[in-house]
This record gives sequence, structure tokens and C-alpha cells, in this order.
Amino acid sequence: MKSYLSSCFAAALLLCATPYFACAQQKTEGLTPAQLNARAKAQNVPEIPYESVPNFLKLPPNLYLGEGIGVATNSKGHIFVYTRSQETRLFEFDQKGNYLREIGEGLYGFAFAHAVRVDPQDNIWAVDEGTNMVIKFNPAGRVTMLLGRRPESVEGLLATPAANAVPPAEPYRFNRPTDVAWDANGDIFISDGYGNSRVVKYDKNGRYIAAVGTKGSGQGQLNLPHSIATDAKGNVYVADRSNRRIEVFDNDLTFKAIYDNVGAPWSLCITPGAHQYLYSSNSNPDNNNSEIAAVTGEIYKMELDGTILGKFGKAGKQLGSFGTVHAIDCRNENELTVSEITAWRVQRIVLHPQNRGSN
Amino acid sequence: MQRLSLFIPILVTAAGLASAQNNVPEIPYDSAPNLLKLPEHIYMGEAAGVATNSKGNIFVYTRTGSSRAVMGGSRVFSGGGARLFEFTANGTYVREIGQGMYGFLFAHAVRIDPQDNIWVVDEGSNMVIKFSPEGRVLMTMGRKPEAIRVPATEGGGEEGGGRGGRGLPGAGVGGDNFNRPTDVAWDAAGNIFISDGYGNSRVAKFDKNGQFLKSWGSKGTGPGQFNLPHAIAIDAQNNIYVADRSNNRIQVFDDDGTFKTQFTNVGTPYALCITAGPHQYLYSSNSNPSTSMDNGEIYKMELDGRVLGKFGRAGKLLKEFGTVHEMDCRNADEIFVGELTNWRIQKLILHPVVARN
Repeated sequence: MKSYLSSCFAAALLLCATPYFACAQQKTEGLTPAQLNARAKAQNVPEIPYESVPNFLKLPPNLYLGEGIGVATNSKGHIFVYTRSQETRLFEFDQKGNYLREIGEGLYGFAFAHAVRVDPQDNIWAVDEGTNMVIKFNPAGRVTMLLGRRPESVEGLLATPAANAVPPAEPYRFNRPTDVAWDANGDIFISDGYGNSRVVKYDKNGRYIAAVGTKGSGQGQLNLPHSIATDAKGNVYVADRSNRRIEVFDNDLTFKAIYDNVGAPWSLCITPGAHQYLYSSNSNPDNNNSEIAAVTGEIYKMELDGTILGKFGKAGKQLGSFGTVHAIDCRNENELTVSEITAWRVQRIVLHPQNRGSN
Repeated sequence: MQRLSLFIPILVTAAGLASAQNNVPEIPYDSAPNLLKLPEHIYMGEAAGVATNSKGNIFVYTRTGSSRAVMGGSRVFSGGGARLFEFTANGTYVREIGQGMYGFLFAHAVRIDPQDNIWVVDEGSNMVIKFSPEGRVLMTMGRKPEAIRVPATEGGGEEGGGRGGRGLPGAGVGGDNFNRPTDVAWDAAGNIFISDGYGNSRVAKFDKNGQFLKSWGSKGTGPGQFNLPHAIAIDAQNNIYVADRSNNRIQVFDDDGTFKTQFTNVGTPYALCITAGPHQYLYSSNSNPSTSMDNGEIYKMELDGRVLGKFGRAGKLLKEFGTVHEMDCRNADEIFVGELTNWRIQKLILHPVVARN
């Protein structure tokens, strides 16, 4: 207890030493130093009214979601859920949430789900953190391209490597990749990931073009690139989660900008259409730490230049609250689909931004 | 034996060179799109093995699903991770063979013998399994290690290597004790030759009843030595061609394992096959490693090593190759290839250019 107090004191000193305002807020809101550190820098952000559609996904009997790790919709509004179940599995639902089918049953590339995305041609891409693979399915659900390779199991059960024992990154091999995005040419961008600290670009046929990023907190460096999105101009937005910032790169992966005021970005999504928006989730920790959960969990709506337009949501277990949002789909700007790790759930969130500031 | 020493100076110059011959004519070819039609809930994984039988039916031995570690008391048992499928010649799914088979852990090769028996080589269980054409087990060679050691240890033997591979690294021990075996072939008498493999560095010869006759080879770069014997094929004269992959050469032996010659001009041979018929050809794949898109071409050769042409390159599109791991060339101009990283079987139709004018 003593050491806790002294570290609190040190952190408070550190905070007070920098912006006067933060120190004043700490006093007025009674936040702990850990909470002050965890919450987003942006304060007094307008709340966007929203609701969660009850009983959204209808699962058949004997079928259960596990951790709701990845979610995406296709052009018809069908919903794809990539979940950590007893097996990692990929399910498809119709736009109303009725179950349609399973894709990739027993797939060699499925071991530990991380993300699913649907490209403009309705191909379904799964990113598996366990097999280090990115798998492209055509809309019919058959495999059409593979990136990365599952490590061979023939060696038997190997000891878990130390976290700092990361082998050098290679063009065609991932280390716990996290997400995938495409530009207008169909070039492929992969955030890679927990092991490597980089973004890799491939052409649409899977040939390596370039990579950016090493582990660190400097400009262009990354510390857990956890989600990735591209805008219509081909700029690449990377959720640099452990650095608590979004980094923006141009299409050639040259550094452009940093947005560091929306907390730890777990998940990113950019809307289609003429005026594009960026959503970013400052998800509550997946270790169920209540102290931090009290000041996190919200999702931000931003302009592409980083201007914050509003936020909604908070950590919690009930419908309308978020249990560590892990993916956001925003094909429809005001009808988001979010998946949650700790709540084993997918929610359809309907935003009502027009209600804000009317009159 | 004295004869062998004559080859050593040649080997020294060839050592370490992954050279592939330049100015080889390109053989035009096509790939049949959507070759294999899989049922809705069946997916191909890494296509380690592919072979055809006398009817043209296609057999695929694939690394798919997840291998499982089953927690016991003080030991951990493994199972699953490989499946064997049969398709008709036009790619229609027929059936699965060996569902839940004890020896199916990590697919490496499938071959069909002249009697249409189906032979599977499993690198994980260290077993070679012979199925009748109906798909029932006729003979087993090698034995799956009872349990896997956690964590895995370096080297071979019961205590490590592979999933506890039997035998010792290097020459191995006599008998059907394999350490990550890779491929199987037969001579005209039905004698069985097994390339063995990642752990051992030898070729083992058995009679048609599975009785051990002899083995040869040890780890190294000299004649008759191996550094990852990865594929094996036998011609009508009972010459034995071994893809000595990490030595970047094909070695040729007679039926008793006496070294005859080597071919060092076709890159890194991952897969070999020899055509049927009166004029036999040898195909060898200089496959791209799974970590790169370099190389990838397949060579067509005379049995004396003369290169006739080549085709293909690494890539993910149709007609491109993602680490070709096994080839079937029952028909000289109709090659089936199994790819590791593309999880795919392609049927390649070659259009060899007849000399113009």
C-alpha cells in the first residue's frame, strides 16, 4: 500500500509539472493517476445519442459466440463475425442478424481470431493472430489468397518465446498480425502486429511492396499496431495502441500525422462516401480493470484530419455499454456494428447525431 | 568405393551453389481453373501431397485443421492436422480416406503405386501408411511416437526431434524407424524406397513386404550423403533419383544405393517426378521458400540430367506457384502440383514447343 501511494504521489507530481489544467482537473474530478493516464486527452467532447438494437444476432441452438473479436459487413449488409470459440470460427448473418452459415470450418489458418474485414468486391478477409495468416475468401466463402504462413507444427510443442525475443521481420511472414485494409488499387495493408511493429504493403496479387515501422514511440514507430484503415485517397491510419495514438501515413507509408487525444485506439474504421469519417475506440482494458474501465470504453467520431466531432458509449456489461470493443464496422455512418472481447457479443449501434444541438 | 573419390573435386565446386541453369527454353502452359470442387464444409490446407491413380483420380494429402495436444497425466498426446481426399479426374470430390487416422499428423506426401495402392508419408507421425485402392490400411511402416515431449528438444531420437521422432540424426538406424520422412517410391520389383528425411539423412530400402533391406546416406555434402532428402523417384531401369534439397542437387543411385551421378543445375529440388511410358522425363521443382517469392520454376529434364525446358514462377495467381511441394506426372504434359503456401492443387497443361520449321 505504501508503494502504491508513493507511486501515486510521483505520478501526480509529474502530471502537475506539465499542464496546469490537468492538475486542476485531477482535483475537481477526483481521478486517480492511473485513470488520468488512461483516459483520453480530449475532454468536454459532445456526446452523440445512440441506442443498441436488442437481440441483434440470432444464433441457432447449439451455436455460441466466444470472444467477439472481428466483425464486418458486406455490400448487402450481411454481417461476418470472426470469433474465438472452442475453435476459432467465422460466421455469416444476414442484415437482420439471422444466421446464414459458417465459413472455413476447420480451416488450417484458423487458430486465434483477430479481425475480419470485407473488401469493396465483397471478398472476406480474416486475420488470424494465432496462425500468423491473412486469409482471403471470395464471397462464396472459398479461399482465394493467403498471406503469411502458419508455423509448422511438426516440431511439437515449443516453449513460448519471451516477449522481447522477436525474430527479424520478413516480407512474407507475420508475427501475430492484427488487421487488414486496402486502397483504391486493391493494394493490401496489414498491421503486424503484436510481435512485429510494422505495417506491410502488398500489391493486390500479394507481392511485397514496402513496410514501415519498428518498435518504439518515435514518429513512424509503432508499439502494437492493432487496427488499420485507409481513406479514399489511400492514406493509411494505424491504431498505435500501446503508444495511445493514431498514426497516419500516406499511400507509400511515409509518415504524415499523429492524433493522440482519443485514448488508446483499439479499433479504427473509416466510413465510405463523399465525406469520410474516422471512428476510433478507446476500449476499456480486456483485463477487466474497473479503475481504468471507469474512464475508458468510449468511441470517438472524427474528421479525417483528427478533429473530434463527438463520442458515445462507456465500458459496461449491459446492452449499449461496451465490453472492450475490438472491431468497428462503419459501412453505414450512423449504423455501426461493434464486436466486444469480454462481452462475447456483437452490437448494432444506431447513432442519432441529428438530435445533438438541434434547435 | 575408390570410384567415388573421383567425384569429390566436382562436388567441392558445386557445394553451396543454388545455381539454376540460364537460357533454358520456356515451356508454354496453362492451368485449369477451379480444378478441385470441394464440398461446402471441406477446405484444403497446405497441399503437401498430390498424386493420381491409373483412372486419373486425384489424391490430395493436406495439412488442414489444427493438430491437437491432448493433455494426459504426465504426458501430452497429439493428433489431427492432416487429411486425405480423393477426387475424380475432373476434380469432383469423391471421398475422404483415413478420417481420424492415428498416423495423420503432418502431411508430407502421397503416392500411388502401379497397383493403385495409396501411400501416405507423414512427417509428423514418422509413418508411411499403405492403403488399398478401397482405402483400407494394408501396411504400416514406422511408428508414431506415443507422446510428444514438452517442450520439444533439439535433435532426434525418442526424446526429441519432430514430435519425438524415432531414429537418430544422421544415418538413422536400420529398419522402419523414421525421423520426419518425406517421400516414397518403388522399383519394378515392388521394393520400397523411403527418403528419410528431415531428421535422418538417408534412403531406406525395404522389400515389397516391408522387410528392411538396407539404407544408405548420412548428413553431409559428399556423394551419397544428404542434406534433407525431400523427394524420391525411380525410373524404369530402377535408377533412384533423390531430391537432395538443402544440397541443391539431385543425386542418382542404382537399385542398391550405389552413387551414379548428380545434377546441380536446377536449383533447389523440392519435388521430383518421373513420367511413365517408353521415353521417360524427369521433372524437378526449384520451389520458392515459403518466406519469399524467389524462384518457383519447374524443370523438365531427360533422365541423364539434360534440361529441356522450364515453366512457372512463384506467386499467388493461377499458373503461379506457392512453394510446390509435390508433383504428379503420370502424363508427361499434364502435371499436377501441390502447393504449400497457396493451399492449392493445380493441373498444368504443357504445350511443349515442337522444333519450328
